[in-house]
Amino acid sequence: MERVAGESGNGRGYLEERGWRSWAYTLDHKRIGVMYLYTTIVFFFIGGIFALLLRLELLSPQAKYFSDHTYNVFFTLHGAMMIFLFIIPAIPSGLGNFFIPMHIGARDVAFPRINLASYWVFAAGFLVVIASLVSPMDTGWTFYTPYSAKTGAAVATLSLGIFLIGMSSILTGLNFIVTIHKLRAPGMTWHRLPLFIWGMYATSIIQVVATPVVGVTFLLLAMERLLGVAFFDPAKGGDPVLFQHFFWFYSHPVVYVMILPAMGIISEVIPVFSRKPIFGYKAIAYSSLAIAFLGFLVWGHHMFTSGMSPLANEIFSFLTFFVAVPTAVKVFNWIATLYKGSITFESPMLYALTFIFLFAVGGLTGPFLGALATDVQLHDTYFVVAHFHYTMMGGTVMGFFAGLHYWFPKMTGKMLNERIARIAWALVFIGFNVTFFTMFITGVKGMPRRYAEYLPRFQVENVISTVGSAILAVGIAVMFWNFLQGLRKGPAAPGNPWRALSLEWQTPSPPITENFPEIPVVTDWPYAYGKPEGPAT
Amino acid sequence: MDNVLAFGAASSQAGRVDTVFLVILVIGVFFFFLTQGILIYFAVKYRRRLPDRDNETPAITGNPLLEFLWILIPSLVVVAIFYYGWRVYNDQRISAAGATEVYVNARQWLYEVKYPDGRTAINEIRVPAGNPVKFILSASDVIHGFYLPDFRVKMDMVPGRVTTLLVQPDRPGSYQIYCTVYCGTGHSNMLARLIVMPPLEYTEWVEHGGREAGEASEHEPLAVRGERVAKNAGCLNCHAVGEAVKVGPGWKGLFGSNVLLEGGKTVTADEEYLRESIVDPGAKVVKGFPNVMPTYKTTLSKEDIDAVVAYLKTLK
Amino acid sequence: MSTPPSGHTDPRIALEAAKLGLWTFLATEVLLFGALFTAYTVFRVKYPALFQSEHLKLNRSLGTLNTIVLISSSLAVALGVDAIRRGKARLLEKYYAVTVLLGAVFLCVKYIEWTEEFHHGLYPGTNIFFSLYFMMTGVHGLHVILGMGVLSYVVVLSRRGRFSGSYHTPVEIAGLYWHFVDLVWIYLLPLLYLIG
Repeated sequence: MERVAGESGNGRGYLEERGWRSWAYTLDHKRIGVMYLYTTIVFFFIGGIFALLLRLELLSPQAKYFSDHTYNVFFTLHGAMMIFLFIIPAIPSGLGNFFIPMHIGARDVAFPRINLASYWVFAAGFLVVIASLVSPMDTGWTFYTPYSAKTGAAVATLSLGIFLIGMSSILTGLNFIVTIHKLRAPGMTWHRLPLFIWGMYATSIIQVVATPVVGVTFLLLAMERLLGVAFFDPAKGGDPVLFQHFFWFYSHPVVYVMILPAMGIISEVIPVFSRKPIFGYKAIAYSSLAIAFLGFLVWGHHMFTSGMSPLANEIFSFLTFFVAVPTAVKVFNWIATLYKGSITFESPMLYALTFIFLFAVGGLTGPFLGALATDVQLHDTYFVVAHFHYTMMGGTVMGFFAGLHYWFPKMTGKMLNERIARIAWALVFIGFNVTFFTMFITGVKGMPRRYAEYLPRFQVENVISTVGSAILAVGIAVMFWNFLQGLRKGPAAPGNPWRALSLEWQTPSPPITENFPEIPVVTDWPYAYGKPEGPAT
Repeated sequence: MDNVLAFGAASSQAGRVDTVFLVILVIGVFFFFLTQGILIYFAVKYRRRLPDRDNETPAITGNPLLEFLWILIPSLVVVAIFYYGWRVYNDQRISAAGATEVYVNARQWLYEVKYPDGRTAINEIRVPAGNPVKFILSASDVIHGFYLPDFRVKMDMVPGRVTTLLVQPDRPGSYQIYCTVYCGTGHSNMLARLIVMPPLEYTEWVEHGGREAGEASEHEPLAVRGERVAKNAGCLNCHAVGEAVKVGPGWKGLFGSNVLLEGGKTVTADEEYLRESIVDPGAKVVKGFPNVMPTYKTTLSKEDIDAVVAYLKTLK
Repeated sequence: MSTPPSGHTDPRIALEAAKLGLWTFLATEVLLFGALFTAYTVFRVKYPALFQSEHLKLNRSLGTLNTIVLISSSLAVALGVDAIRRGKARLLEKYYAVTVLLGAVFLCVKYIEWTEEFHHGLYPGTNIFFSLYFMMTGVHGLHVILGMGVLSYVVVLSRRGRFSGSYHTPVEIAGLYWHFVDLVWIYLLPLLYLIG
């Protein structure tokens, strides 16, 4: 199929129909994706506000603006909201829903009604979570027993909310697996799939396999509170550490649910803005599967100091290091893609390169935590907080921002103001590093995490981090203000502003509801940039 | 005591952990500058100079040899790091033969210390230098943590089971202990100290009863002693010396005031009320406060309790 | 060149998609029950004497009865699927109705068992064995209810004339789900009732 640039949308495409019913009852994967995006972004902001309040309080070693209990509630809500209500659903259910069918040349996902159901189950979940705020949790997002079983907060309600959110995640993953297997356009072989699809496929497998376990875990926690079941209660012969095993069996793979879609986005953006094919397509594709598989074997590295046997610790430590290898492979391949490219630095590319840079810091601080000797020192300190913010925010969230900037014209039919986007990027980059790099030092100095009050020797680092968080907040505010401005008065976007080769760009911006007037027949992979190797033509 | 990297290492094990840290750091910094350096170099060198020639980039799709190398080399590097981390971790599990044993039980929000000879303390552990120490850890209510940053070690304290931690304190000094598993409102105030004493001093301390919380000087006024005990026994984790409300009521102006209890009764906070609050805190719960205060009946001597009461009387 | 059909309109792809979807869903159910079976294993290894003494307090006759009930219900499902493959919608509806009925019988027997256990002072909070027993049979019971709902819905659709020899995907999907629910019980029975 000839790759022609899509023409500018002369209508509103899939956005044509208006009214709340056209959204609430939609079966269009693009609208469902947009609903997820708006919802998860709202929770990103709420979670972010909690973070800013935490940083405000941490300016002073003693309690100043609010009580220790309030601080503890705030860090719990920050973590739980960011993880369950933002970072897990945002790229898969938001951007994934919008672009997976388009990438594979399909009109929709395999089960459009289940897709809609997944959104409303998600909504039910977050409403229940919000309802639980009448008696908010202070357990930290990890809800360890026995504290979570004994504390006087609305644990059972919150558990139900998270269970529902998990169900939504399972339905989405299931839908994507079947979609990718069964609805690829003619000629779209597995090795012609965009790498975003490989990433989403691996993600969906993890979601389907891991999420049920956390569902049962929260169910058991709720039952312990309501019926006094004994699983985690030492007084009745139960084992509080069993909760940790169940919890981390899900929660470790889930960090790969967070990162694999973002990596998929990076694999899309880098070739487009270097005008070169992706280097090492198969290596990147298979590394996604390898990460998904290995990710299930390492959960115990969150529990090295929990009282597990030294042998178990050793096995988990050994396996943990191997997850680093497929991850590193991706980074090397992305960098190699830049070689002899013709590179421009529009905002999607800025965020993609930032992802590689910040995720490298996050990834290279992993070995300190995977190695037994140093983990025993650094576990539960600010070093860990820095590590996961570099991987989750410096990684996934930067990837998310890259995806938002990259696909904004396609989803909305408008172009963003590049200059403002770059100013926002600079503030985000500086603010992020000032906030979180400092925390590595704070952690090595020995400050434990989840501390509302701290010894005065940690104050300087905390003040620096708070200053950084203010800069980061301003950057994010500017970025989203730019999105709003773009939505309202951005210039009309052409079908293919980035001259990219994947299928979504061969349609108008925004696309029509059916995505393609005719299902395309695919004859090449989406990275056919540049001149074929061989004698110059 | 600052413990950034090699500073403030309180044992040779801590020094070994620091070396592992440094090795990982050097490897990490090397690969970071290598990869990100190349990234920035490529980004700059291959930036688009001629807008209309950007379809002349070479369509390089991969290089199997490179792929093999950059799978092999990182694999070898990580195995080496694992091995080194594992070896030093094993070094920590030193022989416990002849170790000084200390039982530490955590409860919200303090550490109850018990020595094999029956001495007890709160939030303070004293051991002689030069001898391995085996901490035998447990918890009464929820999971707590036991973190000695100067020794680079920690271990969780889990209700229903016993965990152990071994250190070899070589240098006398006073070392911080933090709780590192979130355990409720008082989590960040759940602090203790490990006091490593020169062996002669330690023997002297044991012989003199060794039960006092902290150093006592001769003819110490009762209220001064009370202030010291209150600080060392963990009271200030939950009570403010002023009027601020932490977990429990503030102490300023408490003595002699009228206190409203749960259930509606009002009592006067006299000496007996204060004494009872320390040994049987659940007997009278102040309205609006949770009934979470532990009893100090077995951990504070009668003299110490009298001292604390005397101290409270001075807080007008 | 004619336009290749999109996934949704080609019935062959729709059938394959539905089957893949259900198998994927069953994978999630395996993980769900797997977590409970793992907890069972952990505590059984830890407290063999408790499991030995407590499992004798379960009513093995009723447990066996329920097993026969469920196996019969799976037989009914298999006969129903066979019926619709031969185009016999009415026969399908009868068999599936029997299945739902047997499901209801299962739940009634479970209800009798549980009330008997409560009567003897055995509750979910009594000890770890009974926590496992009530949780595992409870979660299983929820799936039985869910399965009954799905099968009933299939009967309703059939009465509206939806199915034929050439199209009856929901019938197969629902049947497969019910077999899974039966299979979980086949594991639960020995682990809870029989192994000492």
